[in-house]
Amino acid sequence: MNNFEYAQPTTESEAVALLTESKKETVILAGGTDLVGLMKRMVVTADRVVNICEIKSLQQIERDDSGSVWIGAAVCLGDFLDDKNTDEFPSAKQVIQGISSIQLQSQGTLAGELLRRPNCWYFREGHGLLADSGRMVNEGDNRYHAILGNRGPARFVNASRLAPSLITLAAQIRIIGPGKDDEKILDLASLYRTPAADSERENVLQPGQLVTHVIIPAHGNRLSAVYEVRQGAGPDQPLAAAAVSMDVSSGRVQNASIVLGQVAPTPWVATGAAQALCGKTVTEESAAMVGIEAVSGAMPLSQNEYKIQLAQVAVKRAVLKAAGYDTGGLDSPVINEPSASLETHIA
Amino acid sequence: MAEVTYSWPENHKSRLIGKRVSRLDGMEKSTGAAKYTYDINLPKQLVVRALGCPHAHCRVISVDASAAEEVPGVVLVHLIKAPKPGDDPVEIRADGTLLVAVAAETEAIAAEGLSKLKVKYELLESFVADHDLQAAEAKKRTKKAGGGIELDEALGEPDDDDDEEEWEEQKVQELFAQSTYVVEGNYGIDTITHCCLEPHGSTLHWDGDRLKVNLSTQNVSRTDDGYADALKISADEVDVHCEYIGGGFGSKFKPDYWGIAAAEIAKKTGRPIKFLLTRNQELKIGGNRPSGFIDVKLGADENGVVQVWDSHHWGTSGFNGSTVSVGNFPYVFRPKNWRRRATGIITDNEPSVAWRAPNHPQACAITQTAYDDLAAKMQADSLDIFLRNLENIDSPEKSLVYAEQLRIGADLIDWRKHWHLHGKGKRRGSVVEGLGIGIHKWGGTANSSNCLLKIHPDGGVESYCGTQDLGTGTRTICAMVLAETLGLPIEAVKVNIGSSTYPFSGASGGSTTVGAVSESHRRAAQEVLAQLFDLVAKKLEVPAEKLEASSGSISVVGYSDKSLSWKQACSLIGIQPLEVTSIYKRGDDSPLSSSNVAGCQMARVAVDTDTGVVKIIKMVAVQDMGLVMNRKTAESQIYGALIMSIAAALFEQRINDPKTGAFINSELDNYRLPRLGDTGELVVHFHEPESERARGVIGLGEPPAISGGAAIANAVCNATGVRVPTLPLTPKRVLDALRTAKG
Repeated sequence: MNNFEYAQPTTESEAVALLTESKKETVILAGGTDLVGLMKRMVVTADRVVNICEIKSLQQIERDDSGSVWIGAAVCLGDFLDDKNTDEFPSAKQVIQGISSIQLQSQGTLAGELLRRPNCWYFREGHGLLADSGRMVNEGDNRYHAILGNRGPARFVNASRLAPSLITLAAQIRIIGPGKDDEKILDLASLYRTPAADSERENVLQPGQLVTHVIIPAHGNRLSAVYEVRQGAGPDQPLAAAAVSMDVSSGRVQNASIVLGQVAPTPWVATGAAQALCGKTVTEESAAMVGIEAVSGAMPLSQNEYKIQLAQVAVKRAVLKAAGYDTGGLDSPVINEPSASLETHIA
Repeated sequence: MAEVTYSWPENHKSRLIGKRVSRLDGMEKSTGAAKYTYDINLPKQLVVRALGCPHAHCRVISVDASAAEEVPGVVLVHLIKAPKPGDDPVEIRADGTLLVAVAAETEAIAAEGLSKLKVKYELLESFVADHDLQAAEAKKRTKKAGGGIELDEALGEPDDDDDEEEWEEQKVQELFAQSTYVVEGNYGIDTITHCCLEPHGSTLHWDGDRLKVNLSTQNVSRTDDGYADALKISADEVDVHCEYIGGGFGSKFKPDYWGIAAAEIAKKTGRPIKFLLTRNQELKIGGNRPSGFIDVKLGADENGVVQVWDSHHWGTSGFNGSTVSVGNFPYVFRPKNWRRRATGIITDNEPSVAWRAPNHPQACAITQTAYDDLAAKMQADSLDIFLRNLENIDSPEKSLVYAEQLRIGADLIDWRKHWHLHGKGKRRGSVVEGLGIGIHKWGGTANSSNCLLKIHPDGGVESYCGTQDLGTGTRTICAMVLAETLGLPIEAVKVNIGSSTYPFSGASGGSTTVGAVSESHRRAAQEVLAQLFDLVAKKLEVPAEKLEASSGSISVVGYSDKSLSWKQACSLIGIQPLEVTSIYKRGDDSPLSSSNVAGCQMARVAVDTDTGVVKIIKMVAVQDMGLVMNRKTAESQIYGALIMSIAAALFEQRINDPKTGAFINSELDNYRLPRLGDTGELVVHFHEPESERARGVIGLGEPPAISGGAAIANAVCNATGVRVPTLPLTPKRVLDALRTAKG
């Protein structure tokens, strides 16, 4: 880690000023669960680190007059999980429960999670996001890399686990800066982009901009769920994931949103699959069909063909889960018959 | 004083030995009060960070350190494996090899200094495909690594004019032709790293000509000579200390080249030095376990007893190009006829070092899978096949022990209830379940150990021994043995370990420590007690042999009123403490310790055939270990070993970039490890009939870390009916195997 200036603003405007006042390379620190590691590895080097966790307005969860829930960027994942206002977003809560590390839940923040840098090992070894215009990934070990949206030079997968579910929940984000009075509201989906050149990042944020809030509209009885294919119980990146939200009326899906995670340089909005689900009754067969549709454009790299099946299964299981059905697989209650607890043997 | 006969107390008389005793330092470790090497900061110390080579195979042409030296706070730039100006280039054969160190006032400044180094490399072609024998042969990256053949005497001998190899080949082929069942398979297990929680390194300083080192080490008593050799001083000028160590697993026996560099930098700068590897460096160069891949053909009779084994295995131990030792193939089992061959693969990787039970986990995982495939081919119960093959094992005297252990294990995992033929179990949606077995062996001879025991006239008891506690509870065992022997509460003895200034005790490797310290501490305590008994006998006017020490007093057996308190007894010593130094030499015949254990492990797993994810439902470990010293720490040793086995079977894997050779998952975000939620239910059973207790103490560190991988691999095969050939059994590998099997 190099030496840097450290700033700890207490208001949004102070933060924007600190982010923009000089030409210095500036990074935003929230929970630090991702940034600190990257700084220690010198993948990120900054002259100034601006900690946003002391800004009060960024720490609250509030409901506005329209029923939308505003969640401050610095709200930690554990607080999101515990707050009553977020009960109507079960898919987002499922993701946080799946980030099964108390440390990450307590320290990691909402916006920090949405902006986690890619876990691509070539990026994290300092070869840049595109790693020689995609060549290192193509010729190297790409078992965890993209199967969709990978026709340009970008082969990494977006690291956020929450983004797919929040996008299916029609979440927006509030961004301020770089100008003193600049403020805009953006659909979360449009925060992400697939970089086409080394100068571009995996999101559209400009220097001096700060995400302050995530805004999730009221959902009433809309169903939502996430299914992540995880190799183990730890907080490691899932191998593939899918989020679904849908209204069901008279037994049929009225409108649906499906977003895949861990398969493309952005959260992957599967519009065709969502359309295919509309008008259908959720059954094992219809859910499986939607899964196949969701990966129809997939193009595997040399070592990640298996991810096509995983993404397909994730979509199928997310749909079943949202509808309240048993997803099958190892999480199925049938599989997890009660057995003697570990304690009885340790005691 | 009568000659002391060393022995352990009878079972019913033991107060501490064989009981559940919590670690004496458990609270300090839990609260952070315990100071590990990484926690030690010396006044005015410099922090060192080193540049790891970013290439797997290259020549370092030159290093320009001028910009680094100008960074304020950088005190010294020190070349480790890099040429001085004008020197020939230095060839580097492993990603992460430390080239240049920067010593600075803070870690951040050291890192900044590193970032300013300008190093010129000449890239060379790298090779890391250790699984690909043909590719290795084409690139001339192979080395013969031994082999041999043994055929049943009944097959006769070649005639004088026979070509021996041709004759052997003919006999082997005849044996296969006569076999009722022939199984051919290939199996593998990838390289994993030691991944110590506390990385390798030291904090050290020079006190005049004396080097004082706080070292994260498994070898407190004997790293001094490593420093002495490299620094051209004598071992008596080096003191090594290690009170606590955050994991070693076989990788921390030496000062290592970065430790020598730390001492050199301290000498040059005249400042204390703190130099521990980063996480990334710990994984890259801190230690790894060799890979193993095998082609096997075996032939069995109608009962499934293997009559002939023919194998060729290969793998890598890094750039020195060795592989898993051929002597253990097939593992534990030893058919009457076998032929085996090994080839080392030279890859551009850091050389491997000992990893908990060197060679055994790999040998077990890639050979006992073939025995399980025999059961699959026969449509037979794997348990029966393992039992029947106990008639041909390498330690025939152990066959009844294995049989008994397998029966116990089967009961504990409810084998008969859950067993089904391979691939023929009930499906619940996409999920299938299965059972698997592995069996293992280990020596566990006590290492050499000396102990200085002092009894003070006021009753105080302190011991000194240059052993180390790897976290397994060695310190607690020392205290238990002393307290048991002297009839004192465990709190009444002060155990001092972890310094090379104390009497010698061997390195903690190969399951040798519990035996070592039990020997030295029991001997010292029995001898000191005999001296004390002589004094008390005189005072009480009874024969010394009628005395016993218990409950804080020394009394006449059968006459509890005729006794002295411990303190009163010690007051008879006089003004100088009573001191005894016991000496135990490895290999000395002793009633207190012995060697050679057996063990079996069974796994019950569930496999999601849609995602390839494997989940452990339950694992059972049945283990003998002679006399159990501390039931609690022995159990936790086995729990830890099971979890390590699950890690290697399902998660851990060194991943090298196929093109550049770089070790690309050398951080914990991509070096996957299991969490508690992945371990399932773990059941530990000590196999300890009276005959076992009578064998005395035997080491436990390695044996339970061996056969879990084979058990899990076999269970996955039993569940799916498909062999996933190479460990770890990742979702990708499981799905790929299922797809290949479907055709």
